[in-house]
Amino acid sequence: MTEMGGYGGSGQVPMQQRLAMEPEPATITDIRRYTEKDALFEIDLEERDELGHGPGEFVQVFVPGIGEAPISIASAPEEGDTFDLVIREVGNVTGAIHDMEPGDKLGIRGPYGKGWGPERLKGQDLLFVAGGIGLPPTRSMIEKALANREDYGDITILYGTTSPNDILHDEDIQRWRDRDDVEFRMTVDEVPEGTEWDGNVGVITTIIPPVDIDPETTTAMICGPPVMYQFVLEELDEKGLPEENILVSLERRMRCAVGLCGHCQMNDLYVCKDGPVFEYPVVKKRGEAL
Amino acid sequence: MKIIERSTFRNFVDDLISNDERDVVGATQEGGQYLFDELDDSSDLALEYDLTTLPPKKYFLPPRETLLEYERSGEEYDIDSVLEIEPRIVIGVHPWDLEAIEQMDKIFIEEHDDEYYERRREECVIIGSTPQNVADETFAGDMNTATKDTGYDLLLTELDDVIAVEVGSRKGSELIENVPTRNATFEEVEAVEAEKDAVVEDATRGLDLPTEALPTLLSAGYDEIEFWADHAEQCTSCCSCNVVCPTCYCFDIEDVNEVGAESGKRERRWDGCNLKDFAAVAQGENFRRERGKRYRHRFHRKGDYVYERFGDIACVGCGRCGKHCLPGIADPLAVYNDLKEHLEEKGELPGSDASATVSTEVTSDD
Repeated sequence: MTEMGGYGGSGQVPMQQRLAMEPEPATITDIRRYTEKDALFEIDLEERDELGHGPGEFVQVFVPGIGEAPISIASAPEEGDTFDLVIREVGNVTGAIHDMEPGDKLGIRGPYGKGWGPERLKGQDLLFVAGGIGLPPTRSMIEKALANREDYGDITILYGTTSPNDILHDEDIQRWRDRDDVEFRMTVDEVPEGTEWDGNVGVITTIIPPVDIDPETTTAMICGPPVMYQFVLEELDEKGLPEENILVSLERRMRCAVGLCGHCQMNDLYVCKDGPVFEYPVVKKRGEAL
Repeated sequence: MKIIERSTFRNFVDDLISNDERDVVGATQEGGQYLFDELDDSSDLALEYDLTTLPPKKYFLPPRETLLEYERSGEEYDIDSVLEIEPRIVIGVHPWDLEAIEQMDKIFIEEHDDEYYERRREECVIIGSTPQNVADETFAGDMNTATKDTGYDLLLTELDDVIAVEVGSRKGSELIENVPTRNATFEEVEAVEAEKDAVVEDATRGLDLPTEALPTLLSAGYDEIEFWADHAEQCTSCCSCNVVCPTCYCFDIEDVNEVGAESGKRERRWDGCNLKDFAAVAQGENFRRERGKRYRHRFHRKGDYVYERFGDIACVGCGRCGKHCLPGIADPLAVYNDLKEHLEEKGELPGSDASATVSTEVTSDD
């Protein structure tokens, strides 16, 4: 009676085009170990020249058989065709990446998210406030600004770590310290016995008051552990920095990275798609943000 | 409006089951519960059902699906996307579930271009049905979803001796083009309207506010964390409410490895925002550690966040969550009405200048 045509039957249908969820092949070209848990992985995409990311964006790193992890991009687009990921060993996926060597393959999806927005920052003085593993995502914007130095005003970098043994990007830190067009300050929360340290000791908020900034022309960029934000925001308020001149980069558990799976949802916003960088007034209104 | 004799309808369904390449599924009864399942015979169809345990969502966003497969070849991995599609004819979808599918289409197809979902929707025919019975928990009348004029390819309404068929799409008209039908009489058209009016009445339990004011109410009640914590006190975080909801679509992505690690696959699986670790990140931080916050998030997602993004109130009033919640705390209608009463008592009902959204924290863990 009824006859159906045009349906190819059931079962698995091969896809003509790569779906959004499919990672592309990439090779680890270099590894730089910073601490027992943290290392920088330089990544080269096999099928295209460059990632095409903006500073503050992230990728999903895929290890076949283990899974995926969202990782911020630590390098600026200007630094070459490869890109850098600083990865802390905290779970299965990051653990498996730490077991890899140069030449090993992994999968990359991305870049994803809204980053620091270097265009809107042009002409501004830049104040970076990074805590711990929050340095790599800010580094991408720091290097972007240094590569286009004339586009930006004063550059101040504040960096805090747990101890002198947890310092990331030490080679960059030396370079930043050596430049006379960058003000770099850092602090450690504590100095374990037997460790050498002649710098500041105290949480990151202790190095904010001495910094000389013009609240009218400065944009602050904050990235660090969740506990850090509220205290840094209070110090910046003391400095008279307007809330709309503050950007925060937030960490969530991104799974799909395209604003659908719900894991990174913060009230009505998806951190993977609407962020991870937000203007502070946007997150201030949202109870689940900070 | 077309009219089809009952015996002809049975033959039509049996013919689809026997001769159509697509799977024919429908509302049926097994082991004392209604569910959507494969039909072996037209007599399996239970169009008198009130509420299936799971909504038809499972046919477009399966509880578990493979996104890609990979296999090691030397040092490299070959990765291939796969799409598991089962073209289907789904018979007996109620108006509130039609509304839910339309909302999901907006999110997965219009907004996200999700090929997995889209291809399944394209290859599916939806035959809706006007409910003959309504579950006690259903409040679709309060949510304006007890009748639908769109979202179906065909819509069936059982009258005394015959079945009225409304055609909603070209797919629908093609499906019945060779089936003997006649045009409905004036009386039959009126009888169908009366059936639909009866559903609205049966499915109205009494929402104490205008449906369109729900986002306003929830937004105003966001900070009432004690209210949410009190209501969530008995919550076991089992996520039954998430699982049975026709508009819950959160998922997780898991990689499944074959023994020996030479090959494996990536799966997308249903997940639920009431699970304790749903919003946890590496190193122990959890952005909704407290039950009350997770419970609040679910209600706000339904009545506030999806509305802000897509303009839909994502609670369609089917009542499945209320029916399947073991501690009996998930009935949305009761929560909406309680929240309104709570804000009224505090003199903070919107209109009395109270819609702040800054949060106060819940302090108790879990």
